[in-house]
Order: sequence, then structure tokens, then C-alpha cells
Amino acid sequence: MPMIQLNINDKNYEVDAPEDMPILWVLRDLLNKKGTKFGCGKGLCGSCTVHLNGEPIRSCVTPVGIAKNSKIKTIEGVDETGAHPIQIAWKENNVPQCGYCQSGQIMSALSLLESNPKPSDDDITNAMQGNICRCGTYPRIKQAIKDASKAMESKS
Amino acid sequence: MKAVQLNRRDFLKYSGFGASGLLLGCATAKTNMLASTLQGATAVDTSPETLNLFVSIGSDNRIHLINHRSEMGQGSKTGITQIIADELDVDWQNIEVIQGLGNYDYGSQNTDGSTSIRSFYSKMREMGASAKRMLESAAAQFWQVDLAQVEAKNQVVINKVTGKQLTYGDLAELAAKQPVPDVKLLTLKNESDFKFIGKPVAAVDLDDIVTGNTVFGIDHEMPGLLTAVIVRCPVIHGKVKSLDDSAARKIPGVVDVIQMPETTLPVVFNPLNGVAVLATNTWAAMKGREALKIEWDLGKNQDYNSKDALAMMAETVKKPTKVIGKKGDVDAGFAKAKTVIEASYSVPFEVHAPMEPPMSTAMVTGDSCEIWASSQNPQAIMKHTANLLGTTEDKIKVHVTLLGGAFGRKAKADYSLEAAFLSKASGKPVKVVWTREDDIQSGYFHAGSAQYMKAGLDDNGGIISWLQRVSYPSIFSTFSPKDKGIQGFELGMGYGDLPFEMENYQAEASSARAAVRIGWMRSVCNIQQAFALHSFVDELAHSQNISTPKFLKAIYGADRKINPKEEYNFKYFNYNEPLKKHAIEISRYQAVLDKLTQEVNFDEKLPAGQGWGIAIHRSFVSYVGVATKVEVTNGQLKVLDVHCAIDCGTVINPDRVTSQMEGAMIFGLSLALMGKVDIENGAVVQSNFHDYQVLRMSQTPNIHVHLIPNGNYPGGVGEPGVPPLAPSLANAVFAATGERYRTLPLNKYLSV
Repeated sequence: MPMIQLNINDKNYEVDAPEDMPILWVLRDLLNKKGTKFGCGKGLCGSCTVHLNGEPIRSCVTPVGIAKNSKIKTIEGVDETGAHPIQIAWKENNVPQCGYCQSGQIMSALSLLESNPKPSDDDITNAMQGNICRCGTYPRIKQAIKDASKAMESKS
Repeated sequence: MKAVQLNRRDFLKYSGFGASGLLLGCATAKTNMLASTLQGATAVDTSPETLNLFVSIGSDNRIHLINHRSEMGQGSKTGITQIIADELDVDWQNIEVIQGLGNYDYGSQNTDGSTSIRSFYSKMREMGASAKRMLESAAAQFWQVDLAQVEAKNQVVINKVTGKQLTYGDLAELAAKQPVPDVKLLTLKNESDFKFIGKPVAAVDLDDIVTGNTVFGIDHEMPGLLTAVIVRCPVIHGKVKSLDDSAARKIPGVVDVIQMPETTLPVVFNPLNGVAVLATNTWAAMKGREALKIEWDLGKNQDYNSKDALAMMAETVKKPTKVIGKKGDVDAGFAKAKTVIEASYSVPFEVHAPMEPPMSTAMVTGDSCEIWASSQNPQAIMKHTANLLGTTEDKIKVHVTLLGGAFGRKAKADYSLEAAFLSKASGKPVKVVWTREDDIQSGYFHAGSAQYMKAGLDDNGGIISWLQRVSYPSIFSTFSPKDKGIQGFELGMGYGDLPFEMENYQAEASSARAAVRIGWMRSVCNIQQAFALHSFVDELAHSQNISTPKFLKAIYGADRKINPKEEYNFKYFNYNEPLKKHAIEISRYQAVLDKLTQEVNFDEKLPAGQGWGIAIHRSFVSYVGVATKVEVTNGQLKVLDVHCAIDCGTVINPDRVTSQMEGAMIFGLSLALMGKVDIENGAVVQSNFHDYQVLRMSQTPNIHVHLIPNGNYPGGVGEPGVPPLAPSLANAVFAATGERYRTLPLNKYLSV
């Protein structure tokens, strides 16, 4: 089996994986990047959301074969010190409860703000519709996205 | 040390469901237990001086505090830390929280029943204060002065005469040699001096969560670890008849295929029969499982259908059955009543569906086993794994990771037992990964139920007579081979403990057949019992043309404390709290009602299709009222606003209490709008989030949480928000449409 070349969070990796292995398990089991979480395995809950060439994807149903020569961004690549405006907004709103789904929530929110810096309430709801939080942090996620939007606007 | 003997029934022994076990006084300094805890939980490169089971201080002024309870989003890891740190009087920045291993010396670690704060508030204060006293004693000894001449504050001890200071770090070594003070002689802080208790301190894991740096059960790694995915028999007590694993074994990465042991009766926390595929990575294990060819002997439960079972429960509650609570003579009461109203309700089977399915790693070495699990109850893992492996509990070392949600599911030790079985069988460390399908289909289900209510009212709308019957499979069925009926603790959840003035009352209960593992889910039997109760109260109010808040005020009646034993001859468990400490107080119901009527104008004239509903419920010794506003247009139900008022006594962390209420509203909406597990031919029909739906952002209303803090002992927080949501919602739909829906979930009737 030929090795698969990947670019994750701006670093190059070479993995020995079957092409049909979902990116989620390549990240978690082969590269020991545990920030991306498994929730449903069917693309239904968004816990595994990462960016592929800037677009949010559900890594649990996306085979690693299609990520060759592409850029993957995971929660570990947002800002490892937690200083990104989204992470700050998340902290200021005390968003997480158990925290398990929050990597995926943050990656979906980041993607939204990158493509739509000033989202309306409906824009936020639409963008976040695929991310389940069983603890029920939706109201705070919504507020944090609005706060991050403001912070990113004043920064730019 | 002081041990509190609890009167535990056998059920508690097997399930671990209960408030607390051994309650600790201050342990002797530097126990071996703590040393192993520190070593096991994290790499601590200082050499902390251990003052008691929960506190150790390094000479570098780092404060290590043990959290012995499981953190699953409810915030008790932060709350426990706040309590100890406040009495110890340290800087928050210097604290490192260490997750305690499974160990009985901590008292109960069963993070269940909304107990973390209410069971440990006083003990944790004592732990902090005791350690502080030992630091003061050390300083007094060092300066050769009286204890009264020194005072600990803000992580230094001051000599009040000379003004000299020593840091806690300076004193740590000497402090550890001080005798452990008598708890009775400790002085606890005045409330006004609290610096962490009652404050919205941020969750201790917040920074790690937003950077993806957390370790949940699924995240545990170690050399040589194999991942196992198990196909379990779809029908409980069924078993493998034949297995062809040749295709599975050919999948690259698959290392072994192992048959699970036969399912025991009762099942308790033992593994379910099935076949495990062990592989070097999760994907290979999943593919291996798909490639298995299995013929099942489905056994006797394959005739079970939840639809028929619920219909049978609905029939059962139409007829007299076992009386569990009684006052006066209900028949005489009904004969006198001006109006008699009756109604039947039903709530289906439900499943927890935490975002992280159950996950556990085990490594068996000789007669010992080390386990890493996202568990609510490490002590249950110790006990049941020891049984499974034929060893003793002291040989089972359990590390508790963060839990990606739990809601009662992870109080069951089954997945750790699966891992232990597979590690022993394979000779390797094994991580058992549950897929979402496993979680939905092989859980410990919230039991489906039926309930019948009948009330007779007098000329003034007062309750002359009240008859209620309930039927569901008991949780006890999971722990006993024989049906012993619905248990007292189940009936004590909003059924045998009603707060209304009633001349005559009778409560009856009849258990139903269990053909899946029955468990407890966030707020347990309060879910169905509160739904029926508060829907029915709303029906009674409407029958009298009185607004429900006014009707409630009337039927609460005079300010008093209710003792269900005296009032209804019902042996009430009160969530394992003494009634003296946590009474059922009408004034607290009234205060919640007053708060909601201040926040919400229930008499407001609303546009057509809109309505408010209300329900107030006491559970886990806290009082929660929910007012819900809905809009129904063309068969589409939209939940607009939810107001939630909670009196949980003393509040440790107002932000985490608020977040728990927000989460409970959303959990309640999930089950009331969409939650339903069907069982056909003994097997669960639903399999993932497409057919077991939970609330998403677009369905989430505006949520307003109102805390009613007071000086009462802390009550539960994790669960009590859930029960009142469903009835408040159904009541709102009635107000909006005139349609009364008595069976959940509401998506049976309306688009949601």
C-alpha cells in the first residue's frame, strides 16, 4: 500500500492507511491527534468536523484518500494557546459543559465566520444545524459566535 | 474518621444507585492511597506534601486538590474544587485539580442522583478547613507561638503579633506532620467571606476543551493497545448460534475475534453475549465487525414489542392494582365530588445518547486489572470487574477520564467489564469502543410507562379525591432475576410525594415485563411521573376555568412540610436525604411559582396559536419551575421561550447551575418533542441520530434561567431541571390549540 501524504495544520505527514479509512480515524488512531471526536460515524452529529481546504467536513465519513494533496485543519490547528477570537468567545461565555462536541462546534463556527464574518441569527443556525450538543450548549454557542464575529471585525 | 452507616437495600449494593456510601472525616496524613492517586492521575513533578485525602501542597506553592467525582459536563469538578479551595483559602491560579482514582476512602464516587454537591458540600468544606488548620499548626510550631496567634489567609500564614508570614509552600512539609484536627473543632468560614463558593468560576477544563486538549474515555492511549468493537446480540439473553469470522480476520489490522460470554440473568453490569473484533485501529475493528457472519439464537425475548407492551401497561393502569400510598377513602371522595376527571398518559422508552458513547480501556495483568473509563462510577467498576475476573477489588485500579456526557448511562460498568474480559482473553490492553448504533441499541433504557389519573373536585376546585396508577418495568429487573415490583425509590420520584392538599388519596403501582436492560436516565422516573402529574394538574385547572398558576397556588394550600409517610403512608426515600435536612416545603414551591409569575405574564392575551404552559416539580431535593411558550401553526410546533426558575438551596457556582438548567431544558425538549425508542421482536429499531433525534440549534428556544438562592442545604442540580419541561410544553400546546396530548413524544402529533 502506498503511503498517503497529508498536510495537517500546515505540517506534512505520511501515513500508512487504506484509502477508505475515514480521516477521523487517521487523525485519532494513526497520528494520535485526539482533539477531533467520534460521535456517530454517519455524518449526523458534527463532533468530528474538520476543515478540508477550508471547507467544514465530517471526518467520520470522509475517506482519507480524497485528502491527498489537500490541507486539513483540526481543532489543534486553531490556536494551541486558545487565543483565537472564537476560542476566547467560547471561554468568555463558558460555553462547554462536557466539552466532547465542542471541537466540532468550534470548527463549524470558524468555517462560518471565515466565509461570513457577520452572520445573522439564521446564518448561525443554518451553519450549526449539523452539530449536535446533547448537553444543550446551543444558546451559548450562538452568543459566542456573535461575540467572536464582533471581535474579529474590530481586529481586522 | 467517621463512617456513616447507611441502610442500603440489596438493590443499592448491586447497582450502586444511592446518595452516598462511607463518608469520610479527615484521613491520616499521606496515605498510600493518595500517593498512588497522584502517580496514577498525572505526572506531578513536585513532591507535594499531603495533608489529607483531598489536599496536598507542594513546597513550590502548587496546590493539588483531588476531585473524586466524575465530570460529565455538570460542573462538579469545578464545584468540588471551589468548596475545598475556599476553606483552604488559596489562590485559584495555583490549583491543579487531580482526578481521584476509584477508591472507597473518598466516600461514594457514584456521580449519579445529582449528589456531588449535596452529599459533599459539608465534607469538602471540612477537608479544606482541616488542611488549613494543619498549616496554621505548623506555623505556630515553627514560630513557637500559640495557635491563636497565627492566621491562614490567601495562601500565607501570618503571625498576628510580629506580622511575619510564611507561605503554604514553606509550611507544607511541617504541616503534613501535624495531627489531623478534630472536625468538631474546625471553624468554617462565614458566608460573607467566601471567595469561590457562590461565584461563577470558569470550568477547570475550559482551556483544554477549546484547544482540543482533553482526554475522554475514547482518547486513552498506551503501547500495544488494541481497539475492540463488539456486535452484541440484538435481543437480550439471546446468544451466538454460529460464527464465521474468516472474512473479518482477513481485514488488515484485525488481530483477533473473540466471543463474549453468555449473558447472565440478572444481567447487572455483565457483558452481553456477542462477538468482539480486536484490531490495531478503530476503523479496522469496525470493518471487521461488519464482515462477521453470525447466526443468532435470539431467545425468549424475541416476542417482545414495545408497542404491545405499552398498550398492555395502559390496560393495567385501568384496573386496581397494588396500593403503595393511601389517605382516607378515595371512593367515598369521588362520590362526594362535584366534578370527576380522569386521564391516561404514556411516555415511551428512551435512551441516553451522550455525545461520547461508552468507552473503556482495560489491561489485565495476572490477577490485577487497570482500567481507564469515562465512568460515572469507578467503584462499581472495581466491584463488578473483580467479580468478573475472580479477583478482589483492591486489585482493580480505575482511572476516571473526562466523560463526554453521561446522563446516567455511564453509571453502569458494563463496558469496562467488556474491556476487562477482552483484555484477559487476548492478553493485551484493550479499548472497547461503542459506536452510536451500539449506544442506541444496546443501552440501559429509560422504561416506557403508562399512568392513569383520576381526581374529584369540590365546588371550589379543591381536591377531594385523587387516584393514580402507574405501570412500567422496574430498574430492579436489571439486578434481580425475579420481578419484585416497582421500587420505592422509583415511586418516590414525583409519584408518592405529591405536594397538594387532598382529602383522599390513593396511589397504585404495577411493574411490567422487562425485555431490555432497564436503567436510569437523567431524572429517572420523574420523567414520566412528572409528565402525567403536571399535565393532569393543568387539565384540572382548565376544567375549573382557573389559570394553572392560580390553581397551583390553591392546591398547594397552607404553608407546611410534607412527610409522605405520615400523610400517605408511603415510605419515602427523599433521594437518600433526611427529611429534617431536606424537607418537602410548600413555601419553596410557592416561591418558585411566585418567581415564574413575576417573570411571565400568564394572563397575557397572545396571538392565535400561541400559549404558555407551566409545571413545577421537586426532585433530587431541589425545586424547579418551567414556563414554556409555544406557537402552533398549520401543525408545526415551535417552542418560543422557556423560563426556568430553580431553588437548589445554596448555590456553589451560579454559572454552572444556569448552564445545567439550560441543558436540562434542551434535554427535556429532546425527549418531549422527539424521544422514542421502539422495540420490535426484542430488538431496538432506532440506530443513530437520524431516527433517534435530539434537539438541534434551530429547535432551541430562548431560555431564561432564574436562580432563587437561599440558605438551605444544597440540593441536586444535574437532574431536577428535566422533569417539569415536558408537562410545561404539553400544557402550552393545550393553551395554544385546545388539543391535549397525553403521549410523548409530541412529534407523533405535530411537526417539530
